[in-house]
Amino acid sequence: MKLELITLVVIMAFIAAFAYVSSTGNHDWSGSDDQAGMVIDRLTGGTYHPWFHSIWEPPSPEIESLLFSLQAAIGSLIIGYFLGYYRAMARIKQPQLNWSEKEN
Amino acid sequence: MEGFLPHPWWEIWFVFSLPIVACGVCRISKMMKDNREIISLLAVSGAFIFVLSSLKMPSVTGSCSHPTGTGMGAILFGPWITAALSIIVLIYQALFLAHGGLTTLGANTFSMGIAGPTIGYLIFKAAMKFKANMYIAVFLAALFADWVTYIVTSFQLALAFPAASGGVMTSFSAFLAVFAVTQVPLAIMEGAATALMFKYIVQLRGDVLLRLSVAPPSIIKKLKEDLT
Repeated sequence: MKLELITLVVIMAFIAAFAYVSSTGNHDWSGSDDQAGMVIDRLTGGTYHPWFHSIWEPPSPEIESLLFSLQAAIGSLIIGYFLGYYRAMARIKQPQLNWSEKEN
Repeated sequence: MEGFLPHPWWEIWFVFSLPIVACGVCRISKMMKDNREIISLLAVSGAFIFVLSSLKMPSVTGSCSHPTGTGMGAILFGPWITAALSIIVLIYQALFLAHGGLTTLGANTFSMGIAGPTIGYLIFKAAMKFKANMYIAVFLAALFADWVTYIVTSFQLALAFPAASGGVMTSFSAFLAVFAVTQVPLAIMEGAATALMFKYIVQLRGDVLLRLSVAPPSIIKKLKEDLT
């Protein structure tokens, strides 16, 4: 449980930092890649224009967040499926049998 | 960042990245033949990258960024295979989310799939050599795999856009100011999340960790005993 607690504390600290920062000023919480685009504008004096554009863009922020959640959902599904599968397998087999190839 | 890397940089990063991805794909297909049982853990590592790289999180700088999730794959399978896993996520995000980009795919694969995981992998091996606690080793490896990804991104942009006065180094620090600071809290969280995930893998599939020779048997056995 120790590691779970540490992770929880780290997440709480992260949320606290977010709460603090958002209460102390106006931030637009934009993506850091957008900000890098602004740095490029500054460095080149606004002369650089991207020479290629995305072949498809999510038509609205809602659809974008749908696709981002889909990405997370696919990932979580795979992780959950296999961790559950491993856990069940470990129950079925004798745990000590997992130790070396010879004993298997 | 589609179209943000001018000629010749976008081609250069493809030239660096594609052979490494190809090598990773070869290694995966070899593993599929020799060691089918490991494939499920490969899927879990890929899925971990999928989940973490979808989470855009607010940071202390008042802007958002996302973790990479590549530390896990780097520790278990090494940087080659992690490069192949990363490019899948990068293609998904470039095609469906207009995030990243097809023209910058080479550069992104290099920073997220190759540079970050390589550093993470080396840090993990070094920490294990100095007999650090394995979870701390995992934490550090994932933290730096994440952080170095964004440092390398800054460097790639700096090479492409050197400042009129001061050149590459001035641009590098300008891009670092955007990426590196934002990433610090995210990298710490990613390190903690990866260490926790690793704990479950030790618990459930210590045998696969042995087979992948992630750590010597004595250490894995002891960690597993601590957990039960």
